[in-house]
Amino acid sequence: MVIGIPKETLSGENRVASAPTAVAALLKLGFEVQVQKGCGTKASFTDQEFIDAGANVVTKKNAWLSDIIFKVNPPTLDEVAAMKEGATLISFIAPAQNDDILAALKDKSITTLAMEMVPRMTRSQSMDALSSMANIAGYRAVIEATHHFGRFLTGQITAAGKMPPAKVMIIGAGVAGLAAIGTASSLGAIVRAFDTRPEVKEQIESMGAEFLELDYEEPEDTGSGDGYAKEMSKAFIDAEMALFAEQAKDVDIIITTAMIPGKPAPKLITKAMVESMKTGSIIVDLAAAGGGNCELTQAGKVVNANGVKIIGYTDLVSRLPNQASQLYANNLVSLTKLLCKEKDGSLNIDFEDVVIRNMTVVKDNEITFPPPPIQVSAAPAQPKVAPAAKVEVKAEEPMSQSKKHTMMAVGALLFAWVASVAPADFLSHFTVFVLACVIGYNVVWNVSHSLHTPLMSVTNAISGIIIVGAILQMGDSNPMIQLHAGVAILIATINIVGGFFVTKRMLKMFRK
Amino acid sequence: MEFSQGLISAAYILAALLFIFSLSGLSKQQTAETGNWYGIVGMAIALIATIADPRVGNVWMIIVIMIVGATIGLKLAQKVEMTQMPELVAILHSFVGLAAVLVGFNSYFEMHHSVIVNITDSQQMATNIHLVEVFLGVFIGAVTFTGSIVAFGKLRGLINSAALMLPHRHKLNLAAGVVSFILMIMFVKQGGGDSTLYLLTFIALAFGWHLVASIGGADMPVVVSMLNSYSGWAAAAAGFMLNNDLLIVTGALVGSSGAILSYIMCKAMNRSFISVIAGGFGTDVVIDNDTDYGDHVETTAEAVADMLNGAKSVIITPGYGMAVAQAQYPVYKLTQALKDKGVDVRFAIHPVAGRLPGHMNVLLAEAKVPYDIVLGMEEINDDFAKTDVVLVIGANDTVNPAAAEDPTSPIAGMPVLEVWHAKNVVVFKRSMSTGYAGVQNPLFFKDNSQMLFGDAKDSVEAIFKAL
Repeated sequence: MVIGIPKETLSGENRVASAPTAVAALLKLGFEVQVQKGCGTKASFTDQEFIDAGANVVTKKNAWLSDIIFKVNPPTLDEVAAMKEGATLISFIAPAQNDDILAALKDKSITTLAMEMVPRMTRSQSMDALSSMANIAGYRAVIEATHHFGRFLTGQITAAGKMPPAKVMIIGAGVAGLAAIGTASSLGAIVRAFDTRPEVKEQIESMGAEFLELDYEEPEDTGSGDGYAKEMSKAFIDAEMALFAEQAKDVDIIITTAMIPGKPAPKLITKAMVESMKTGSIIVDLAAAGGGNCELTQAGKVVNANGVKIIGYTDLVSRLPNQASQLYANNLVSLTKLLCKEKDGSLNIDFEDVVIRNMTVVKDNEITFPPPPIQVSAAPAQPKVAPAAKVEVKAEEPMSQSKKHTMMAVGALLFAWVASVAPADFLSHFTVFVLACVIGYNVVWNVSHSLHTPLMSVTNAISGIIIVGAILQMGDSNPMIQLHAGVAILIATINIVGGFFVTKRMLKMFRK
Repeated sequence: MEFSQGLISAAYILAALLFIFSLSGLSKQQTAETGNWYGIVGMAIALIATIADPRVGNVWMIIVIMIVGATIGLKLAQKVEMTQMPELVAILHSFVGLAAVLVGFNSYFEMHHSVIVNITDSQQMATNIHLVEVFLGVFIGAVTFTGSIVAFGKLRGLINSAALMLPHRHKLNLAAGVVSFILMIMFVKQGGGDSTLYLLTFIALAFGWHLVASIGGADMPVVVSMLNSYSGWAAAAAGFMLNNDLLIVTGALVGSSGAILSYIMCKAMNRSFISVIAGGFGTDVVIDNDTDYGDHVETTAEAVADMLNGAKSVIITPGYGMAVAQAQYPVYKLTQALKDKGVDVRFAIHPVAGRLPGHMNVLLAEAKVPYDIVLGMEEINDDFAKTDVVLVIGANDTVNPAAAEDPTSPIAGMPVLEVWHAKNVVVFKRSMSTGYAGVQNPLFFKDNSQMLFGDAKDSVEAIFKAL
């Protein structure tokens, strides 16, 4: 089958749905690839690069007539009309918002897979374009903020004076938030981050930011089971807003990434908070396309509110078109691998596979959106078993304690009895034995862990001291005793020499 | 040349002191070699003093036998591979056990032939105590002997390393203990009896065999250190028999050393000594295979090389699989290559990794990995969060997050290397099979971990080439 890559027509879109390396991967799967002339220009891919990778360069019309269309943005109605009856389309679709396009696709029996519908599962990570694009957006958000921010992010001490590092607050630690944290902290800023899901604290800290904690605890689980955050209760939001108001006075840059799927973005930064910020501060609102997290955000624009710049760009991803295209193309290749397990150049839409089922919004001449729900989150689900187990352990402890004491008492009595009847000679040996045990105990605890094997071979060698007993018995007149003693001497010597020598060999190897 | 008794005692005291210095020398790498020398000198002094004892006959015979023994020992020590250390240690333990049995027999026969009539009560008591000592010495020696042979067989692969599951195995062990105890009472009452002693030896041999046969391969660190301890106690028992303080001191040192090592190993597995000795993991654990852990992500050597190129800090956690694949040499090459690029490379060793306490350290040392970058679990566990890439080579249960996160897991509470806190984890493995404990490892399914299937040695070499 032939895969077609048309040029993106949305204004401000610089990406393209494939890249030369991806073309090569698709050819390996048995497909043919044709790209529209000039489709990769804005993403810095030349037509020649596509040709070298094995693609054909064709006209716009022919590109649209391919069996399979890969795209970035939802097609327009005109574009759907240009498509072949019964073709397959893989693209971002926004199926909940674009009823008319879905209907048009259905009418032409175009099987459609929506890239924003990749479920959040480990298996489907490699096709998760939302994550790969969010990563870019997070990075770019910091770069845009830095561009508009009239100061260094990192602190510097120069001959001309000292400059403190910038403070950045990041709201929402999804993929974009984490990417922003990583970028900002590697530029040297002090980064703080907030998320409604306490379980992401570790991830935030691992990227180098401080996790801002709320004094308020949400009664139930805050993940919604599909890997995204969900809406919070009123009391929680109040606590959260108080935290933001306090931070707004302190930080220089705020980057907000709070989005709830299918709903307008929550308003987290109020006009009052913006006013309380220092002049020259920056807010980057990654949720601008969904209405914005800041009350003053205007989608696609930079607003200057009394010296605080609010960046509402919706095309952050497109501002890194080359690598964004590359990553998106890789996502598509991974998806194609899943759809074409036989590597024979044909697609198999298998509804048994939850990933494919979830993504397919139109199949043949039927709309299959919304898909049945699936639960995929990796968030902790069953921590309730713990308390029961703990109680059991506690009940056992006093038992074993009293057992120990009984054992000790019995041991002491036994020893007292033996001591009362045993000859003095035995007791003096016993004293030596006990003292040696104590010394052995103290000395061996100091042995470094890495030297445990040499310790074993040395103790092995010196336990060959039993040879002393055998040597003393060698003088006996009984030939059987002599024989026994001889064998004992032989093997004990093997032990002594072997043990010491191998230890020596081992210790030689340890070096700094 | 014959020494006076006073001189011999002085020599023994000196030897005992040198043995103590020897063990304390092993506390640090810097002093370890000196420690070994102390041990050698101590042993030499003890041997010279003993041979020079006027009671000793057949001196030339002894010296010839010792030369033969020394040659064999030297050969063994020279040609042993470091991966075979557990086997060597096990077989050497069996020698001590056998020697203890023989010395015990001799001590019994010597006394039995010399004793004619018991006159006083206190002499009777002394005889009884001696009989008990002989009995215990032979018992411990015999258990050590067969136990070590089985351990050797398992480590060498001559015997199936899975735990032997006889029906009523706990009862069998208990019966062996009880019968031995009754025999001991009979033995003392009778004033000694050859057949009783032989029967006991037989029971002890069978008991030792069964004891170790019913313990699985990965519990070998505990078994080997336990046998180490037994060989010490056997020597101490021989010391009591022969009224020889040097044997008692040395035996006690070795015995407590082995006991501590077993304790450390058990603690590292969060299991009691009894439960290890009573049988391996997976015996009374229902393994849950139904839980859906999600999918694992496979990766390639080139991708790992790329990841390592971009990393600032790397931690390698080796396990027994590295020893099996003999991957320590390529691992060293990889380490050097990364260090040359300025990457901070360290090793994290779990206490029970390998088949012998400290086994991994020796293997890495053999491959010339400097010991100051090889760290123990406690030293390094907090650093995983700051690490870019963790390479898990041939380890499984010792890096299983279920131990920390899932209270229902059979290995819950076992301290593990918390590798999953790192940014990326690459697991080198032959297949998706479970580790020794038979527990599925959720680490493989974590978002930040990737699997690199294949022989560890080949994989590491491929990465090295791709770097």
